Amino acid sequence: MNPFRRSPFVITATVLVYFFLYAPIVGLILYSFNASRANVTFEGFIPSFSERVVMDGSLVKSSPCGLFHWYCDLAKNDDVIEAAGNTLTIAFTATIIATVIGTMAAISLQRYDFKIKPFSQLSLYIPIVIPEIVMGIGALTLFSQFFGWVNDAFNLSGDARLSLGMTTVTVSHIAFMVPFVTLVVQARLQGFDKSYEEAAMDLGANEWTTFRRVTFPMILPGVLSGALLAFTLSLDDFVITFFTNGPGSTTLPIYVYGLLRRIITPQVNALSTVWILIVFTAVLLLQVIQSREQKQH
Amino acid sequence: MLQRLRENKSTQGTLLALPTTVWLFILLIIPLFLTLVISFGKRSPDGNVIYTFTLNNYIRLSGYTTDCPDGQATCFDPLYLQILGRSLSLAFNTTALVIIMAYPLAYFIARAHPKQRNMFLFMVLIPLWTNFVIRVYAWMMLLRKEGAINIIIGWIANFLHIPFQPFEMLYTPGAVLVGMVYEFLPFMILPIFTSLEKIDTSLYEAAADLGANSIKTFLRVTLPLSMPGVVAGTILVFIPVMGTFIVSDILGGRQVILVGNLIQRQFLDARDPTFGSAASLILMIMTLIVTYFYTRKFGFGEEIVAA
Repeated sequence: MNPFRRSPFVITATVLVYFFLYAPIVGLILYSFNASRANVTFEGFIPSFSERVVMDGSLVKSSPCGLFHWYCDLAKNDDVIEAAGNTLTIAFTATIIATVIGTMAAISLQRYDFKIKPFSQLSLYIPIVIPEIVMGIGALTLFSQFFGWVNDAFNLSGDARLSLGMTTVTVSHIAFMVPFVTLVVQARLQGFDKSYEEAAMDLGANEWTTFRRVTFPMILPGVLSGALLAFTLSLDDFVITFFTNGPGSTTLPIYVYGLLRRIITPQVNALSTVWILIVFTAVLLLQVIQSREQKQH
Repeated sequence: MLQRLRENKSTQGTLLALPTTVWLFILLIIPLFLTLVISFGKRSPDGNVIYTFTLNNYIRLSGYTTDCPDGQATCFDPLYLQILGRSLSLAFNTTALVIIMAYPLAYFIARAHPKQRNMFLFMVLIPLWTNFVIRVYAWMMLLRKEGAINIIIGWIANFLHIPFQPFEMLYTPGAVLVGMVYEFLPFMILPIFTSLEKIDTSLYEAAADLGANSIKTFLRVTLPLSMPGVVAGTILVFIPVMGTFIVSDILGGRQVILVGNLIQRQFLDARDPTFGSAASLILMIMTLIVTYFYTRKFGFGEEIVAA
């Protein structure tokens, strides 16, 4: 039987599922060019350019940015810029820390035997088998009880009072990201031939040099894909952030959620489109880099 | 000291794993313990927690309440049980639909020419990388009375000369189901693909040589060998569906309340963390029971990491 054989049923189902996956996204992008501010129905594209924004009721007749009116509107929105900054700051910080400690844990769990090893390994599966909301409210409870206790114990007042913010979000993100980094790096280490390291040691390299020159380059692809996974998890996270953020630490998903409960202008669509484009470009670049690397080997 | 550390492998291992273990202990295990303690507590009038031991929150969840309308001592209100049941059945329905949709696609990708395989996989990942909240919003626009789905049905009806009134699909249980399926479909496609790709193609040839037709080959070879992928996908879909509250919040409105919404409201609007903690422990126990029986029957595959 030909392994590349495709039955008409499989092909039809595939086309339908891809359509299901993409139709909402295409609609979302289309509506970002909507002339209607109310954004309930699609009232056509914004027809022309002009010095100032001309409105007719809730319809945009012309704008300095023309078709891209809502994108310009978005760029002027300080809340969005701040939320984007917060999202990236949290994602970068959390990714760096999670990747470093997660890789250390992966090496340890794969190479060493020690007393608390079963406990360490088991704790990695918690974020997979427990609903995110349980972790979110758990973190919220921990922070609020602990902060309340510290604030009372030291009589802190005003700005000195501990409260939810960027730090609590970042710290909680690291907690749910680390297991993914560790599991990915561990998987990479499993298929790793130990004789390279033994050869390096036989040739007189010490442990650190062996790690730096042999082990690390070999697990680097695993570390990078773990880091990328962690980064996207952090960018995408809503639930944990929702429960651990405070004033001044609104991220983009939280901001969009807030908008959805109020009035929705095509600005939200413009924001979504920009987001999709950025992620698409980043992932595409990564794929290109990876496939080049594979060709070199 | 340093010399001893270099020789003691056990201490090295402990030190390397320590940051992660401590971090997870403080942010995952202690909070779970706190949630358990608080769920036995009482709410103070200003919304704080009074630490005590009472089963009131669990009794309230099971439906018995002392807050009765017509002066009885206790009465039964199945509201919370209904919410739990609704979440459970939604999670089962979502998982079943997702398997039905994901399997043919994963099969197609696994059988595609190796050169095209990456592109097809990439196409599954793009929707996954657009933000979760944005994806719910996309469905909100489609399902509205004035949305694209009603417009398209309207065109077809018009073409066939059938009278058609646009209907409200948003804020119904169906809308929540569609939203959940959309959100979690890629999490099923990837593990099923991983396990299908691993199957040695010579097995198909062997089955064909032994006289099996394609349906028989699928049922006796392909399906059993891809079960680890289906199991991993189920865990990746079922657990988050049980706890998600945004999809029902935005697509279900006030009509569809799930455990996730119940918990969220206790922490933010109703300000009763003790009752919210009890509800979230029940949620956790329900998902753990389902996961336990499911994985005991089929095994816990590596596919979960591959996804």
